[in-house]
Amino acid sequence: MKYSLTEEQEMIRDLCRIVADEKIRPVAAKYDEEQTFPWDVVKAMGDADLFGIFIPEEYGGLGGGVMELCIAVEELSKACGGIALALAGTALASFPIILFGSEEQKRKYLPDIAAGKKLAAFALTEPNAGSDAAAIQTSAVRDGDCYVLNGTKQWITNAGEAEIYTVFAVTNRSKGSRGATAFLLEKGMSGFDFGKKENKLGVRASATGEIILRDCRVPKENVLGREGLGFLIAMKTFDQSRPGVAAQALGIAQGALDEAVFYARERVQFGKPISSFQGLQFMLADMATEIEAARALVYQTARAIDAGEKNIAKESAMCKVFASDVAMKVTINAVQVLGGYGYMKDYPVEKMMRDAKITQIYEGTNEIQRGIIAANLIKEYARKKK
Amino acid sequence: MQIIVCIKQVPDTTNIKINPETNTLIREGVECIVNPFDMYAIEEAIRLKERCGGKITALTMGPPQAESALREALSLGVDEAVLISNRAFAGSDTWATSFTLASAIRKIGHYDIILCGKQAIDGDTAQVGPGVAAHLNIPQITFVKKIEEVTDRSIRAERMMEEGFQILESPLPVLLTVVKEINEPRLPSLRGKMKARKADIPVWGPEDIDVGGDQIGLNGSPTYVAKIFAPERKGSGKIFRGDAEEAVDQLIHELRSGKLI
Amino acid sequence: MSIRVIEEKCNGCRLCVRACPFGEISVEEKLAVIGDGCTLCGACVPACKFGAIEIEVERAKKIDLSQYSGVWIVAEQRRGKLQSVTFELLGVGKELAGRRASELSAILMGHRMAAAAGELIAGGADSVYLIDSPEFEHYQDEPYSRVLSRLINKWKPEIVLAGATAIGRSLIPRVAVMVRTGLTADCTGLSIGDDGHLLQTRPAFGGNIMATILTPRHRPQMATVRHKVMKAAPPDPARQGNVINVEVKESDRFTRAKVVDLVEEKEKTVNIAEADLIVSGGRGLQAPENFALLEELALALGGAIGASRAAVDAGWIPYSHQVGQTGKTVQPKLYIACGISGAIQHLVGMQTSDVIVAINKDPYAPIFQVATYGIVGDLFEVIPLLVNKLRRR
Repeated sequence: MKYSLTEEQEMIRDLCRIVADEKIRPVAAKYDEEQTFPWDVVKAMGDADLFGIFIPEEYGGLGGGVMELCIAVEELSKACGGIALALAGTALASFPIILFGSEEQKRKYLPDIAAGKKLAAFALTEPNAGSDAAAIQTSAVRDGDCYVLNGTKQWITNAGEAEIYTVFAVTNRSKGSRGATAFLLEKGMSGFDFGKKENKLGVRASATGEIILRDCRVPKENVLGREGLGFLIAMKTFDQSRPGVAAQALGIAQGALDEAVFYARERVQFGKPISSFQGLQFMLADMATEIEAARALVYQTARAIDAGEKNIAKESAMCKVFASDVAMKVTINAVQVLGGYGYMKDYPVEKMMRDAKITQIYEGTNEIQRGIIAANLIKEYARKKK
Repeated sequence: MQIIVCIKQVPDTTNIKINPETNTLIREGVECIVNPFDMYAIEEAIRLKERCGGKITALTMGPPQAESALREALSLGVDEAVLISNRAFAGSDTWATSFTLASAIRKIGHYDIILCGKQAIDGDTAQVGPGVAAHLNIPQITFVKKIEEVTDRSIRAERMMEEGFQILESPLPVLLTVVKEINEPRLPSLRGKMKARKADIPVWGPEDIDVGGDQIGLNGSPTYVAKIFAPERKGSGKIFRGDAEEAVDQLIHELRSGKLI
Repeated sequence: MSIRVIEEKCNGCRLCVRACPFGEISVEEKLAVIGDGCTLCGACVPACKFGAIEIEVERAKKIDLSQYSGVWIVAEQRRGKLQSVTFELLGVGKELAGRRASELSAILMGHRMAAAAGELIAGGADSVYLIDSPEFEHYQDEPYSRVLSRLINKWKPEIVLAGATAIGRSLIPRVAVMVRTGLTADCTGLSIGDDGHLLQTRPAFGGNIMATILTPRHRPQMATVRHKVMKAAPPDPARQGNVINVEVKESDRFTRAKVVDLVEEKEKTVNIAEADLIVSGGRGLQAPENFALLEELALALGGAIGASRAAVDAGWIPYSHQVGQTGKTVQPKLYIACGISGAIQHLVGMQTSDVIVAINKDPYAPIFQVATYGIVGDLFEVIPLLVNKLRRR
């Protein structure tokens, strides 16, 4: 199915496919093994203007929306879900600037991101604040023209590699969810350090690490929106970014299906290609069907967001839940199709299986997403008459 | 610096096969790509322009769909492109092709460096580059693996040979054919692709470059393809499976009895 | 020249569609339509059972082919030493001259090459045109092509052959344009057809197909010949022949592109095209350091190291080791392919080896189809075993 992509969207897809084939696929296993940051690939992605896809034209980008970002992330994730995160993570951290940044902040930060010169990172999660984001402890205390930040952020994508950080901290604990504020931090600020680098099951080509803030002084000009808007900014950002996670899951799933079908056509057992066995055919058919359903949901949601639809939280959560569950299931089955070979690192599907798992967990676990879906659903029905 | 790059659109030969019964090419699902060696020529042209300034014109002869090869060149950083396309050019061999390209280059007029890939992967002849140089009566440096120095009047380059390389100096204008050791071609950028999509690509026929008759197309081609057929394969030999140690012993035995080791 | 479909005769049966090697014929409303990509190859004409397709050939200016006779080969020397391809050219040239009942001549350009002229006669040449001058010591495109063109125009040979080497493939295309004749690159087969034309056979499309090419209306018929495909005749020091000293004119020496230096690369001391035993590695080696395994095997056997395009493209080993369509053609007595699947473009570069051994863990790898002996197994197990056993004896 072609999904009536525009000419520009097709162009993005084709270019990302070239980047994936030529720059990512040959090194995906290496970076997975080494768990180092793929700067050479990220540079190639920057040279191809991929970091400009989601940034408005007036700030040096190409003016695409969530749909264009999803197409890119899906295509890159077919080759490596971890490397694609350098882009998706930067997009996640850029959305707050695009949505809530002042003109000055946008002019200062977005052009370098668009040009691929600087990566960005989104820092919300803390050791004691995962799904319960309102429990964040990092504090920001006003001191003259600055805020003084203290606390630890954990599991931050692009940590250490990015130059620009969107950091969430509590400015007024008594206000609860209205007491958090978003700040723009830059690598190198005094009191801004990096802690442990995580050793992960999957997406190992992505940098995941700790950020440690010790009396880090941030000028008040670096507040995003205004004091107290932190959670609103985070939630609105997630509404935009969840289709991106879903697209990552979709790409991983598609990559696994591609491997499985190629293998099934070539692998001969009992004198026949295993693709001629019905048990295996049904498995492939289900994998393909579920992927297509996930794609339809992701694209539709992305387009709705780009069309300016409000209250997209439910659909946004749905596409993240569905695509990530599909990715997990499809990658497990892909390993099954490849049998013993699939379990070995000689073939890429075991990595895809490991990479898929995170998509069910981050940017709101699938349980949290289901909670969002249910809450919105029930709210909608409260207004309806039978 | 006025640079001309000659490129060719080719089927991706790694996927091409012949139907052994009909002796015809199976072209289903075979993509058309820019000849890989020409990608190095395009990249080198862009690097020369980045170093010396100037303008790059890409040139191809082929069917109307070869335009997409030119758009790809434009998306990488080539400034202008010209498509030489007309039924009259059909069936050109390397003589007629190099004559036609040379005529188009004369029409473009001023040029300092002409770059070509060392050969195209469909025909693998490596004849068109030197042929163009001969038609234009300009010097050539073939199989260039490195451009050491370039000024507005001369160039110094390394030509790859079987057992090493020659360093040559030539005045401009000159024609170079390049090998893949010369650089690593960049990927296109989105901006480049958008620019390329909108670019205007003129199509030149025989009258535009003032050629015709027995110099172009099949009439202008001294050679013609009498037949094509599938290459022969040797029959299968002895294959050892199972225990590696046993297999190795058997192999050594065979090689020794054949006095090969 | 043009192609046309005779509408009255065509019934849209699609036989021509199937016959077209280029997929350029379609049938629209029961009528064959020929696309713009038509190369006028003529495959469709005999395929049509109704005589509905015709190609009209406008007779080009007729050249009197009978003025031309004799087979020439262009000898290749580097640093004064004749290259082995030259003797292969003499070998095939002799056969062709025999079929045409004509003489075989060699063109030798260089400096202080009189002894080499004798070698050429011993190798089969009836006469040698010797261009002996300091300016011709090293190959240079312009002087070499100028002199060769002049000699061709003067003496009118029927066939001119050169090696498909870096030098041959630079020189001959220029000459073919200058004397306005056909040239076929990189031939792997040469013979004389019933009508006396030279049948020039060569791989195309990455070795996936073979094509036989004719130069029917022009002379000489020129071709470059792939190294290591033709057989040299054993030298006969007793053979007699003429050496014709060609006068070098002042204007012959003129060149714009000048060779200023020659660099031999130490790393390439083993020229795999000349090796009798080659141990070759491909993608199955998985990493550049694993070429060390092959080096051990090559050392144990006294051979050179080759590689597939996949290994070279991955940057594991320099291009000079590449065997195949875009690398070198090799013809050793023993070729051992390790972890090479056997893509067609690799096979064309090595399938004329006397004995081929394939080691691959995939029993369906196409390399086994050309292998004389094969081991289906993990090369990381098989090669060390092989090395140990060879060393022990």
